[in-house]
Amino acid sequence: MTTRHTFWAGLIGLTLLSFLSLFIGVIDVSPRDLISDQETFELLVISRFPRTAATLICGSTLAIAGAIMQMLVRNRFVEPMTAGTGQGAALGVLIVTLTMPSASIFTKMTVASLVALASSLGFLAIIRKMPPTQPLLVPLVGLIYGGLIGAAVTFVAYQADLLQYIGVWMNGEFSGVLQGRYELLWIAAGVGALTYLAADQFAIVGLGRATSINLGLNYSQVVLIGLIAFSVVSALTVTTVGMIPFVGLVVPNIVSRLAGDNLRRTLPLVALMGAGLTLICDILGRILRYPFEIPVGTVFGVVGAALFLWLLYRRPQHG
Amino acid sequence: MIRIENLSYAIEGKEILRDITLDVPRSGFTALIGPNGAGKSTFLSLIARLEPLQTGSIHIDDLQIGQCSDRDLAQRLSILPQVPDQPPRLAVRELVGFGRYPYNRGRPTSDDGAKVDHALSVLGITDLAQRSLDTLSGGQRQRAQIAMIFAQDADYVLLDEPLNNLDLAGTRTLLVILRNLAEQHGKTVVMVVHDINIASRYADRIIAMKEGRIVRQGAPDEVIDKALLHDVFATDAMVLSSDFGQVVLV
Ligand SMILES: Nc1ncnc2c1ncn2[C@@H]1O[C@H](COP(=O)(O)OP(=O)(O)OP(=O)(O)O)[C@@H](O)[C@H]1O
Ligand SMILES: [Mg+2]
Repeated sequence: MTTRHTFWAGLIGLTLLSFLSLFIGVIDVSPRDLISDQETFELLVISRFPRTAATLICGSTLAIAGAIMQMLVRNRFVEPMTAGTGQGAALGVLIVTLTMPSASIFTKMTVASLVALASSLGFLAIIRKMPPTQPLLVPLVGLIYGGLIGAAVTFVAYQADLLQYIGVWMNGEFSGVLQGRYELLWIAAGVGALTYLAADQFAIVGLGRATSINLGLNYSQVVLIGLIAFSVVSALTVTTVGMIPFVGLVVPNIVSRLAGDNLRRTLPLVALMGAGLTLICDILGRILRYPFEIPVGTVFGVVGAALFLWLLYRRPQHG
Repeated sequence: MIRIENLSYAIEGKEILRDITLDVPRSGFTALIGPNGAGKSTFLSLIARLEPLQTGSIHIDDLQIGQCSDRDLAQRLSILPQVPDQPPRLAVRELVGFGRYPYNRGRPTSDDGAKVDHALSVLGITDLAQRSLDTLSGGQRQRAQIAMIFAQDADYVLLDEPLNNLDLAGTRTLLVILRNLAEQHGKTVVMVVHDINIASRYADRIIAMKEGRIVRQGAPDEVIDKALLHDVFATDAMVLSSDFGQVVLV
C-alpha cells in the first residue's frame, strides 16, 4: 500500500471515529435524538463537537510538532512536551496569571508562546555541544531540563497559592473543553497546516547542517521557523487543554519506522495518526471507567507504549 | 576559478589555517593531500561556507563566499563532507532527489527526475533506488551520497575523502567519473585523498598541506618525490618513476 492509499484509508477511519466520538459520553445521545430533540442538539454543539475538534487538533498538531522537533535536533527521542517547551508554556501562563490577572486569553497565549520559544532555544543551546555518538544523552538532558522548568512552575504556583491551576496546565485532558473555550486551538491547526509548506526544508535540515548548507538552505532560518511552529502549537495546547505527553514522541517514531523520514510524504500521515490515536485514547478514557473519565495522557501512555513496543519487535520495513 | 586570498582560521585561539593564498583554476581534477590534522577538511568547509570566514576572502568565479546568496552558490558549488551524517530513513532516490533542491526548491520537474535517474545509474545504484539508506552498507551509502552531489550538477565539486568505504571497483568507478567530470564537462573537482598513488594517477594537480599551510602544488610528477614524503608526511618511503607516473612504495 502506498503512503497515499494509507492516508486516504486512515482519513476515512478518522471520520468514522470522530462521528463515534460525538455520541459517547455521560449523557446518552443517539443520532435519532439529534433530529427530534433541541437539547441534545445543543449538547452536541456546546460540548461534544468542541471536544472532538480539540482532540483532533491537539493530536495532529502535537504529532507534527514532535516530528519537526525530532528533525531539528536530529534525535528521535525528544518531543516538545518533555523537553522544556511545554513546561515553558506553562511558565508563561503562570507569569501572566501572576502579573496581569485580568489579561485576555490572547495575551496569555502570546506570552506562553514566547516563553515556550525561549525555553526551546535554551534546550537547543544546551544540546548543541553534545556528542552525536551518544544519542540518548539528548532526551535525558531534555527530561531534566523540562523537569527543572516544571519544578520552577510548581514552586512559584505553590508560593502564590495557584496549585489548582497548575494541575490543569500540567495534566492535559479534554473533558473541560466547551464551546467558547477551545477556539484558539484553531490557530494551532493553522500553524500545523502551514508547516507542510516547509516539509522539504525540515526534511533537509534532518540530514544535518553541512548537507543543508550544501543544498543552499538557510539553515538557521529553517531551524527558527521550526522552533516557532512547535513552540506555538505547544503553548496553545497547554493554555487550552493542558500538557499532553507522548503523542509527539510515539507517533512520529511509528510513522518514521513505517514510511521513512521524507516529511513531504509523511507529514500528512503523522497528522492523521496523531489525531486518530489521540481520539481513540480519549474515547477509551471516556468508556473504560464509565461514568468516570481517565485523562487522555494516561491512556495514551499505555496505548502508545504498547504500539511502540510492537513496532520495535516486528521486522522494520520502509516505504 | 576558486580564488583564496590571505585565508587564516583559528579555533579557540589555535591556528588551524595560516595565511593561505591560492588559485584553483577552472576545470580540472585537483587532489588535496596532507597528513591527518593538516587542515584539509577545515579548508574545504570554509570554501563551501560551512563555517563563517574569520580572515581573508574566497571567491568562486564572481561569487564571494559570505556575500552571495546560498541558493546561487548551491548551484555553483557542492561539497561532500568527510564525516557522514547518521543515515536518515530516506529512500536512496529521495536523497539523490534532494540534490536537485537548489534548482527546484522542492517542486521537481521531469527534467529533475531524469537527472536523478542518470545520477543513480552513473553511480551504479539504480537497483537500490527504493531502498532506505539506513538499510544499506557503508559503501552503498557513500555511493548514494555521491549520487546526490552528482545530481546537484555544480561547476565546482569538493569531496572530502570520498573513497572511504568504497571497494576496489567502486574506487575506480568513482575516480573515472570524477576525471570524466573534469575532462568532458569542464567541472572543477577538488578531492581530499590520502592515497598518494591515487592522487598521482588520476589528478592533474596536487596541493599538499601541512600544519595549516600549502607547502607544495603542481602537476603530480613535479610534486611527488622523496622530499615531499619526508617533509610533509615525515616518513621515508621510496618513490619509483613508472610509465604510469610516480609510484610511492608504502
Ligand atoms: N571543532 C574543533 N575544535 C578544535 N580543534 C579542531 C576542531 N576541528 C578541527 N580541529 C583541529 O584542526 C586541525 C585541522 O583539522 P582538519 O579536520 O581540517 O584536518 P584534516 O587535514 O582534514 O585531517 P584528516 O586527514 O585527519 O581528516 C586539527 O588539528 C584538528 O584537531
Ligand atoms: Mg579531514
